[in-house]
Amino acid sequence: MDIKKGIAVSPGISIAKSLVIDAEDYRIPRRNILPSQRMTEIQRLRNAFSGAIGELTRLEAAQDQAEGGRIKDIFAVHLRFLRDRSLRKKITDLIHADSVTAEYAVSTVLREIASHFSNVKDAYISERAADIYDIERRLLRQLLGRRREDIEHLRQEVAIVARELSPTQTAGFNKKFVKGLATDAGGRTSHTAIVARSLGIPAVVALEDLSELVSGGDTVIIDGNRGIVIVNPDDETIRQYEKYSQEFAELGHKLDAIRAKPAVTRDGARITLLGNIEFPDEAEQVLQKGGEGIGLYRTEFMYLNRPTEPTEQEHYEAYAETVSVFKHRPVIIRTADLGADKYTQSKRFVPEPNPFLGLRSIRFCLQNLMMFKTQLHAILRASLLGEVKIMFPLITNLQEMMQAKMILRDVMEDLDDESIAYNRDIQVGIMIETPSAALMASTLARGVDFFSIGTNDLTQYTLAVDRGNESVSTLYSEADPAVLRLIRTVIQDANKAQTDVAVCGEMASEPAHIMLLLGMGVRTISLAPPMIPEIKQIIRSVTIEECNNIARKVLGMNSERQVSSYLRDAARRVLPEAF
Amino acid sequence: MQAGEDTLEKVVCEAEVEIKNADGLHMRPAMQFVDLASQFECDVTVSNGENLVDGKSIMQMSMLAATCGTKLQIKTEGPDAEKAINALRELVEHKHFDEPTPGEQKEL
Repeated sequence: MDIKKGIAVSPGISIAKSLVIDAEDYRIPRRNILPSQRMTEIQRLRNAFSGAIGELTRLEAAQDQAEGGRIKDIFAVHLRFLRDRSLRKKITDLIHADSVTAEYAVSTVLREIASHFSNVKDAYISERAADIYDIERRLLRQLLGRRREDIEHLRQEVAIVARELSPTQTAGFNKKFVKGLATDAGGRTSHTAIVARSLGIPAVVALEDLSELVSGGDTVIIDGNRGIVIVNPDDETIRQYEKYSQEFAELGHKLDAIRAKPAVTRDGARITLLGNIEFPDEAEQVLQKGGEGIGLYRTEFMYLNRPTEPTEQEHYEAYAETVSVFKHRPVIIRTADLGADKYTQSKRFVPEPNPFLGLRSIRFCLQNLMMFKTQLHAILRASLLGEVKIMFPLITNLQEMMQAKMILRDVMEDLDDESIAYNRDIQVGIMIETPSAALMASTLARGVDFFSIGTNDLTQYTLAVDRGNESVSTLYSEADPAVLRLIRTVIQDANKAQTDVAVCGEMASEPAHIMLLLGMGVRTISLAPPMIPEIKQIIRSVTIEECNNIARKVLGMNSERQVSSYLRDAARRVLPEAF
Repeated sequence: MQAGEDTLEKVVCEAEVEIKNADGLHMRPAMQFVDLASQFECDVTVSNGENLVDGKSIMQMSMLAATCGTKLQIKTEGPDAEKAINALRELVEHKHFDEPTPGEQKEL
């Protein structure tokens, strides 16, 4: 039994068998096994060899003798290697002698052979190392590849353990079977955290070397409340956790009971609670949890896991599906926020040295007008189905905002020319998520109907901290006085210009921060759907007067630590069960 | 059949050959050597003076990394040892693994 401590990023408890995902090209860590598991590993090795032989036999047969049969020869050589008993014996011996996994043994033996070739003076022979690496990869694909495929074809409940999860990987999950997430890297606002919260499953990140510790199939407990992951728990621990998990679920049911009640403070202030979603099928969950609309519909996922851009019709259908759930309640669609961590730097987009300061988000859209206009066309078309609003992400200056609005007008004219109806008075807003936008809020407010403060990016850009980098992620905090002062500026300027202002970052899902936001004047909050009942419960337990006092006190504080501990204490008084 | 094999006398043959093709004993020639050696019942071992390897294993043969001009000692042991050693010598020294020698113009 191993207990690892990380950062809790999504609440709940899961007890499940693990599925370990290795990123491609990630060096196979030494994974020691128990001597009793050696036979299983040797059987896995045998299967990998016969799988690889089958693959190569088909490849060889498909090559003709043209071009001197050179390619055919390469496959033929690889086949001889895979059938070489002394090679297989070497790998098997290593599994036996050192009690290691098949992956590790394959990698070690073949890399040893490859380095033997590399050291030969003769260039023609030393180049043959490449053949050995190729054989290694083929065997590893056999050993690991099936697991990768498993993500999409899960048949049983699993907890996913990985170094880091990419949006592409999580978009491929069969959500029905994924019960928890645990990653070595990441912070409270990493992609893993966002996905886990939106799915309502527990997640713990920043676990350092967890993925090396866990082998696929090990039982793991993910405690998303306390930030703990337990590998191969003993029976007593499992029993304790089953009990705890049940109690936690009961608290959840209790919170669900307040679903139909309004989000009103004890002294009568009405708060609007909206949901953040990524997929149309999450809209239903927002409604179930008592959300009154969508405050942030992230559309990046439409672009992932596919070779081509989505068509206008595909955009339209996704938006129509979401809007139909809410009828005449607001659905704020954010235009594509691609780039940086949101987009695998594929061949179409040359990798940038500094993607977070690079061509991302609205900048990317303004340089890829066809793509941008396609999306705007679909949003406008869907605007007649309900109360659709458009939101532009990562605005850093007035010019960008004017440009985005101008393009929207262009698309409106296109629709007029095509005689397609749309809502002419569609509301347009921007995300305030850069310090420059926050500082220019009074100017920007005059040009839009609403602001949405994206606290994740605002915090990372203000504090110059990469939220996914575990060695500095402790510096990342929305409770930093610098961030709070910017947020206050935005709210004050928005109020002066009578522009609506909402908060849609992870900060809004944080029970400890809610009272502060209310005290700073926020009346609209958009958050991960599973968090809605808990936040509503807090809102219903406080008065605006209390919140104002908290905000006044906090805004006079000079250190993050002071703010955080003060807010935690304040929240603990209101909803003791959640802490 | 088992009984018949047991009665066969044990023949041992040895020969020294020189790698004459320009690119040496790289993957494809190693494959040819191993394929040919594997057709015989006898054991085939090959030595470059430093290492002694199994002539039926492509991994071991290719790891000899025998370049052009390297001399190898082949030893065959078993009922068809003589046939085997002749065939292998033919492949290395006369056919040059169907590859050009340094003196010849490369055709590829």
